[in-house]
Amino acid sequence: MAPAKITLQCDQSLHVLSVEIGGDWQLSDKVPCVDEVCQQFSTNPDITKVIVNASQLSDWDSSLLSFLCHLARECQNKKITVQYDSFPEGVESLVALSLQEIGAEITPKASSQTFLVKAAERFFAARKSILILLDFLGEIICALGRLIAGKAYFRWNDFWIFVQRCGADALGLVSLISLLVGVILAFVGAMQLKLFGAQIYIADIVGIAMVRVMGAVMTGIIMSGRTGASFAAELGIMQANEEIDAFKTIGVNPVEFLVTPRLLALVVMMPLLTLYANFMGILGGFAISASMLNLNPVEYLNHTQVAVKINNLWVGLIHSIVFGIIIAVCGCLRGMQCERSSAGVGEATTSAVVTAITSIVVATAIITFICQILGV
Amino acid sequence: MVTSRHPILQVHQLDLAYDDHVVMRDLNFSVNRGEVFVIMGGSGCGKSTLLKVLIGLKNPAQGQVVYDNEDFWAVDHARQQMLLKRFGVLYQSGALWSSLTVGENVALPLQLYSALTPAQIKDMVHLKLSLVGLGGYEDLYPSELSGGMRKRAGLARAIALDPDIVFFDEPSAGLDPVSARMLDDLILQLRDYVGATIVVVTHELASIFAIADNAIFLDAQKKTLTAAGNPKDLLARSHDPNVIQFLTRGEKQGVKG
Repeated sequence: MAPAKITLQCDQSLHVLSVEIGGDWQLSDKVPCVDEVCQQFSTNPDITKVIVNASQLSDWDSSLLSFLCHLARECQNKKITVQYDSFPEGVESLVALSLQEIGAEITPKASSQTFLVKAAERFFAARKSILILLDFLGEIICALGRLIAGKAYFRWNDFWIFVQRCGADALGLVSLISLLVGVILAFVGAMQLKLFGAQIYIADIVGIAMVRVMGAVMTGIIMSGRTGASFAAELGIMQANEEIDAFKTIGVNPVEFLVTPRLLALVVMMPLLTLYANFMGILGGFAISASMLNLNPVEYLNHTQVAVKINNLWVGLIHSIVFGIIIAVCGCLRGMQCERSSAGVGEATTSAVVTAITSIVVATAIITFICQILGV
Repeated sequence: MVTSRHPILQVHQLDLAYDDHVVMRDLNFSVNRGEVFVIMGGSGCGKSTLLKVLIGLKNPAQGQVVYDNEDFWAVDHARQQMLLKRFGVLYQSGALWSSLTVGENVALPLQLYSALTPAQIKDMVHLKLSLVGLGGYEDLYPSELSGGMRKRAGLARAIALDPDIVFFDEPSAGLDPVSARMLDDLILQLRDYVGATIVVVTHELASIFAIADNAIFLDAQKKTLTAAGNPKDLLARSHDPNVIQFLTRGEKQGVKG
């Protein structure tokens, strides 16, 4: 089997470049690069014609076509005519077919943009996102208003299904994570408090941290990944399948039908899950303290009871309600905005989780700041 | 057939665009009551975008969409909602609501907009599903149906409220020839027995010649409507190479290669 090769011969008086193609052109082997020919164009800018001869060619596949197409494009750009001699039947037609211009108008995107243009585009994109979010929130408020007035179409069956999915079905995960957070808090607290012989204050640390913020935050993060992602994927697939369009064309507001039951279910279940998470976290701290840190169980429980004030509980519950709204809004908004493709559903799901978790952290900081100012 | 020359839908100087990108411009046509009207054209020419504007899912760049002397895009939201109740739409995928059974899908518009009792709605659902050959499938979920059955169930939902005008988006897409033919027959039955006006967006030639009373051709290159009339007449008389090319699957005039 002869290796693929090209032989170049330039006739400067006639301004003609002859390209002799020979050997076996196979994708599995090394084949000559078109750059060798292009170099001739640079060194001899007077070339007006290229004659490609394949009389020495023995076998060929797409590697030859790729070479010829590339060469043809280069010649087209430089306004050089190409002549094909002794080519096997069909090669010329295939090259012509692959060079065919597509009729559609394609506007090339600007390849390099200045920093200012990029910054302006980002600014307008962010502004648009905020307006869309406000619009969506407005629609939700209107839908809730219509629900309270008894004018909205609300399927209670759907609501109870979402209550189960947001509540009972999430108990296992919430139990595990909260228990472990309680254990971690107890261990971390013990390391420092042991230095002062004040291990009993582990009860205060675990109790206050779980009830005031950690129970709600951990539940929020779990529910963002679990329920928020599921809301976005469900609505995204409905968008892709034109189901949301179908609601609009029969005059049903999709926000009323799809978003309201999900939002209400999550807002109802988040505080309950948070209470449960608080309990599990305290239980985790208690188990570790009693079993491994040698603390008196009764003393631990008494300390917890004294340390955890009702205010802490309210702060935690407010966190959980806000997180419930954030998760449902992010999940549903991203689902409704989803592009009509499988990649779009994936992006909507990812975006829902990322937006929800980021918003939860920001909301926690804001609520903590407000509580600090109010002295709660 | 109850075709009358009174237009139920008129489109005046309609431009379709996505932001700054104009898809179609200066569209003018009317759909007569009781006819099967086909919007045809190649893939990506803007047929589905036009349909979205006609059924209120997308604002036009400019122009009017007039239903019985009411400009859909000029009236207030409440009136638009009223007009929407006069439409039935069968989407390309059927667009059945996946969390509801087939029966619940058909029942939902009736629960929302009719004064029927639950028992009457049940009867009505059975009737509509029987009309499309799906009687007895009420309790199945959309995921349990084949593609053709989903479309027929979608049609049952589209005609649940006895709409004046039923829109079909690529009804034959993804169907085998027999199922496509059955759907064509259903469309004709809908026109002949119910007197509904049918607007079909498609590029399936067999369907176009089988069902269309009138049609328009959207030309992607010229970005406007270039032919209107009965498809068979267009094939016989049109001098537009793009129309002839489309109606003969590229076998006549101006085909490269």
